Amino acid sequence: MSSADIYKEIILDYYRNPRNFGKMEKFDSSARDSNPLCGDEIEMQVKFEGSKISEVRFVGRGCAISQASASMLTELAKGKDVEWVKNLSKDDILKMLGNPDLGPSRIKCALLGMKVLKQAVYSYAASKTEV
Amino acid sequence: MLKSYFIDVKGILHDFPILSRKINGHRLVYLDNAATTQKPLQVIEAVNDFYLKHNANVHRSVHTLGEEATELYEGAREKVASFINAGSEEIVFTRGTTESINLVRFAWAEKYLEKDDVILLTMMEHHSNIVPWQLVARKKGAKLRYVGVDKEGRLKFDELERDIAGSRILAITHCSNVLGTVNDVKKACSLARKNGVLTVVDAAQSAPHIRVDVREIGCDFLAFSGHKMLAPNGIGVLYGRKEILQEMDPFHGGGDMIKEVFLDHATWNDVPYKFEAGTVNTGGAIGLAEAIRYIEKIGIENIEKHERAVTQYCLETLSKIEGLLIYGPQEAKGRVGVVSFNIKGAHPHDVATILDRNGIAIRSGHHCAQPLMNHYSVPAMCRASFYLYNTLEDVDRLYQGIKKVKEVFG
Repeated sequence: MSSADIYKEIILDYYRNPRNFGKMEKFDSSARDSNPLCGDEIEMQVKFEGSKISEVRFVGRGCAISQASASMLTELAKGKDVEWVKNLSKDDILKMLGNPDLGPSRIKCALLGMKVLKQAVYSYAASKTEV
Repeated sequence: MLKSYFIDVKGILHDFPILSRKINGHRLVYLDNAATTQKPLQVIEAVNDFYLKHNANVHRSVHTLGEEATELYEGAREKVASFINAGSEEIVFTRGTTESINLVRFAWAEKYLEKDDVILLTMMEHHSNIVPWQLVARKKGAKLRYVGVDKEGRLKFDELERDIAGSRILAITHCSNVLGTVNDVKKACSLARKNGVLTVVDAAQSAPHIRVDVREIGCDFLAFSGHKMLAPNGIGVLYGRKEILQEMDPFHGGGDMIKEVFLDHATWNDVPYKFEAGTVNTGGAIGLAEAIRYIEKIGIENIEKHERAVTQYCLETLSKIEGLLIYGPQEAKGRVGVVSFNIKGAHPHDVATILDRNGIAIRSGHHCAQPLMNHYSVPAMCRASFYLYNTLEDVDRLYQGIKKVKEVFG
């Protein structure tokens, strides 16, 4: 197996030039998580218009897989609604990354961004729910 | 270039069938020995032999198998004791270094530590020699203080000399699992003793690789794990000075740690049995004894010299790579075979994955030493660590692998 199986050009591209990287002044929800195995960190900030995501940005540090995955996800999530995020699955993320051959420990790197985005979205939904 | 071998590596490779495995089409180069080592056939067969022929519970049954199991288990204790120059009643079998240190925490520190006492640690401790002390400090209102690390990755001994007076416990690693630094624990324990400070030495990264003599070090406690020295998982050792073990409270309560049990109280068994409640890991202890026999057959001094040669070669080879930063001492003197590094532009996990694609196993991450990662302002490092079966050719393979990393991330 060659290294190219995982490090597809698109992943390296997003790692080197992360899209939607940085923080927003104003946002509706945010979440942060880390991967104790690698020390990957991702923080996302999300702005909503109604139930739709109008903007999402992230900051973080870590391996190419974690950072590229988070960055690609921010692009994908823009304009989508809360339900879309809630229904995101592992397979969706792998498909987004071009189905790299990841083992059980590296898959956590790939899924960190999704975990953080879901947390931010669930927090937002909870804040809109009447007690 | 270093060519002299102190160990006939080719001769012993037959003892480690796992090392001839192919990983992703390449011969496995196993450089994750600071995490755990591979096990030779001799150890696997000794454990097998116990379960096939002698298995029974120790210290209880008087039938033949019970006596045989007890003899094997206590024989293992004697083997461990002579390996580190201790008395056999000073050897407590545990699950590993982590449990050994937690035993000191529960059975000594919970009893004797007082409010505002200071526990002196170092910045290069493994989490297992930090977190137990944090927990007991919180409970007893004690304080933690850390001895720093200098640019070269050596302990700032002047800070230790300054802070030892007024401390109650000194918990110090013999060898750093990240930097490879060998600390002068003999000097540290001598300073501690003069100031009436209890000493706990983490020997997880030293006992497998260099001579460890508890009398020479002069420590009160010393902990290490079997799995990092050719033995099975789940067996470890706590050495404790006999007088201290005797005055301590028990660790776990249960069978075999008691002398007499009444409805409302119990009296404790003699040391070390007081600390070995429940059915013990007999197979593990037997495996550890066999591992020590294996190490002694080769000679711990030969292992130390061989690893120093491989380490020096590794330091010289890796330092030729542009954009590669090695942490810790830059020469093999005063360090063991643990080499941590980072490559500019490539996260350690990406490095480890690409190396794995080329059959090379290294560790990447924070190495259970987050305070040290923060000291160097990095989230993670790559780590290659050697043992008696590694060769200069393995270092060459690592070098070739890193070149491939640079092709992807360069």
